Amino acid sequence: MFDKLNETLKKVVAPFHAVFLLIFRGHYRLERYSLALALAIVVAGGIGGAVEIAPLFTIDETVEDVPDMRVYTPLEQVGRDIYIREGCSTCHSQMVRTLVDEVDRWGPYSLAVESQYDHPMLWGSKRTGPDLARVGGKYSDAWHVAHLYYPRDVVPESVMPAYRWLARREADLRDLPERLATLRMVGVPYSDEQIENAIPDALAQVDPDGARVDGLIERYGEETNIRNFDDLAGVPTEMDAMVAYLQVLGRLIDIEAIEAAQQVVEDQE
Amino acid sequence: MIGALTVGQRQAGLVILILGAVVGLAMAAAGAGEAFGAHGLIILAFCAALSFAVLARLDDPEPPAERRRAYYDDPIKVGIVLSMIWAVIGMFFGLWVAYLLAWPDLTLDAPWASFGRLRPAHTTAVIFGFGGSALIATSFHVMQRTSRARLAGEFSPWFVLIGYQLFVILAVTGYLMGINQSKEYAEAEWYADLWLVVVWVTYFVLYMRTLARRNEPHIYVANWYYMAFILIVAVLHIFNNIAVPVSFGGSQSYILWSGVQDAMMQWWYGHNAVAFFLTAGFLGMLYYYLPKRAERPIYSYRLSILSFWGIVFFYVWAGSHHLHYTALPHWVQTLGMTFSVMLLVPSWATAANALLTLNGAWHKVRDDATLRFMMVAAIFYGLTTFEGSFLAIRGVNALSHYTDWTVAHVHAGALGWNAILIFGAVYAAVPVIWRRERMWSNRLVEWHFWLAVMGTVIYVFAMWNSGILQGLMWRTYTDAGTLQYSFIDSVSAMIPYYVARAVGGTAFLIGTGIGVFNIWMTIRQAPEAHLALDRPTSPAGEADDRSVPAE
Ligand code: HEM
Ligand code: HEM
Repeated sequence: MFDKLNETLKKVVAPFHAVFLLIFRGHYRLERYSLALALAIVVAGGIGGAVEIAPLFTIDETVEDVPDMRVYTPLEQVGRDIYIREGCSTCHSQMVRTLVDEVDRWGPYSLAVESQYDHPMLWGSKRTGPDLARVGGKYSDAWHVAHLYYPRDVVPESVMPAYRWLARREADLRDLPERLATLRMVGVPYSDEQIENAIPDALAQVDPDGARVDGLIERYGEETNIRNFDDLAGVPTEMDAMVAYLQVLGRLIDIEAIEAAQQVVEDQE
Repeated sequence: MIGALTVGQRQAGLVILILGAVVGLAMAAAGAGEAFGAHGLIILAFCAALSFAVLARLDDPEPPAERRRAYYDDPIKVGIVLSMIWAVIGMFFGLWVAYLLAWPDLTLDAPWASFGRLRPAHTTAVIFGFGGSALIATSFHVMQRTSRARLAGEFSPWFVLIGYQLFVILAVTGYLMGINQSKEYAEAEWYADLWLVVVWVTYFVLYMRTLARRNEPHIYVANWYYMAFILIVAVLHIFNNIAVPVSFGGSQSYILWSGVQDAMMQWWYGHNAVAFFLTAGFLGMLYYYLPKRAERPIYSYRLSILSFWGIVFFYVWAGSHHLHYTALPHWVQTLGMTFSVMLLVPSWATAANALLTLNGAWHKVRDDATLRFMMVAAIFYGLTTFEGSFLAIRGVNALSHYTDWTVAHVHAGALGWNAILIFGAVYAAVPVIWRRERMWSNRLVEWHFWLAVMGTVIYVFAMWNSGILQGLMWRTYTDAGTLQYSFIDSVSAMIPYYVARAVGGTAFLIGTGIGVFNIWMTIRQAPEAHLALDRPTSPAGEADDRSVPAE
């Protein structure tokens, strides 16, 4: 049986015989020269990456054109940094795939443009918990606060850890202008004014009756969620920042604009 | 060990350690009260402890000149021990996160003990701590024996091994303290990444210089794979991690890439970390220790050439199978799928080549648990790559992606292939390196073998079940055309499987503990062997036969 298998295999590879011989001959030479071998490895390994990745930077082809894409407010960005710090993306995806059941469960599928200012993206690879790409506005602030404080109070079967420390800690706003400036360096279109006012804007977002709210709205738009998310007086906590971030997920672009862009994509196909 | 270095080397080491301590001190000052500062203190303590060790031996006499005629095995010894320490730490973290998913209230009210921080600590400690240290240690062993030459340098192997440990320590402690840039398998922040580049370049130079000294006309197969591992991992690491730090006095940075480009960069990295760290490097291990232990030449040398170039060329295209049905352009997904399926050919050719090498040595496989570890690893390699190519098909991935099926696939590879191969290689290497006749107890090796296989099988079956169930629950519709299950229904359905997985993991970890104990006793107590031939000057045996490792 073994011989027969061998025969069949030989027949299968026969058309490639010339190529194989070429590889053998090349290799017999390479395996005597370590530098040449190293070079050949880098070239052979480099091709695939170059062909697949380089074209993605032709933005127009890769990322849809959608009007009025907002950027994260300073407080939301702080929340995002906390989301990363805590490793939330080890359990939660932020990417609704183009599958019927996903759209029925989570909402319109995710577009490339929605994460175009996400450094890094947080699409995730495992859904131990639900997808969060469209969670913004789905629950109340109070629900999020209670849930983060002790998830099993609101969802008895949940296996999520309790994040009580978020409520205890003040959000660290000290280097916010530098953070926004760095984000601008890597491509997020923050204006000078937004960078300069990062700290007051973060404070303003949890203080709806305060004097600085107008500036925040002027810089980040009418749609900005301005609320005392955790219902505690005083400086924003990490809980405020986290809930502010969660409430804006999927909301940086109006849902109508998302659906319109999807229509364009589908028409092209 | 330190006494075996020349006085000049000890002094050079001291200078580097003091420089490191100064950097640590500066970081501690700049980040006082923050995790970055704690990292500074860790670097300081690391360098200080090593400095004291060197200082204590600074005035020892110069080592004898004859040492240059022997292989240099001290760093291999330390590398193996470190790898085993990381195995215990990393699998302990793995077990912990496994228990957390079954009993979430085990999270103390402490941030570092929460799932999201422990999970990257687990993956990094096992892949980079356990796997990486084993790769470095075995590569030092393999490059010397197959080149019939002593390591090119006595200081640089230590720099590579110890410097690499510092990287892993910074990474793992960082995640626990909340320093994390969120790129899976590359969560470490900018300064740790930069440090790894320095270490890695040194590693490459050391490898090339040792090969340049070889007393063999040909570079042996195992070395091709180790070279591919070192080279491509360097390229992946650098591109995936390009980031701008917010300040040089803090850990926070933002990655240059965003959105869809970042996703592609990430999974080009992520998949090829699997390909070149967990596959190419480990194939290097397999291609040395398996033929050596079985005392058989590689079944087909030509097949090893074809599969090597197949793996190097095809793998790099496959990363986009992690992004099926996402916002990544369709053509890239299709390319990824196509190449992933083609990848099965060189993968199975390699697995078959390894297993056929055992032809004529099956009685050894039956009697020798060490060789059996390697055989089982080759089988799991075949299984995992088959499963991988299958999961990469778009329609299959629609079901499997985001579910525990991925976790089943990961651990079929990580436990069945990587961990089991490391144990086989270590059981083969320890007696040689420490000059012992054999392992302290062959019965314990046997016990370890069965615990490891059983643990892997339980783990993988549990996760196959839960993964497929999960995927099906997510897409089941009622007759009325609505989704039948809420998401939380699928979470509750997983609990029994999570418990089973934790049981399998416990068995695996107990096996590991037995292995560590046995290695320790071998070092301490096993009878000494005099391996007269184990030096670079030993006569050329079958020098012309490229399918046999020189030594
Ligand atoms: C005692 C043995 C082990 C146990 C109990 C264990 C347990 C776990 C658990 C519970 C997870 C999280 C899965 C999830 O998020 O749903 C995980 C993830 C992971 N583990 Fe392990 N593990 C073990 C050994 C290993 C080893 C030896 C390796 C590698 C050499 C490894 C590599 C990984 C990787 C790469 C992931 C991430 C998977 C993904 O992102 O899909 N594990 N492990
Ligand atoms: C022919 C070879 C292989 C192919 C085509 C392949 C393919 C795949 C696919 C399709 C996924 C699922 C991606 C997703 O849905 O998110 C995956 C995940 C993974 N595979 Fe493989 N695989 C192969 C071999 C291996 C081997 C040998 C290992 C060794 C440990 C391995 C480790 C992993 C890991 C760690 C992940 C999880 C990544 C993550 O989501 O965090 N794979 N692989």
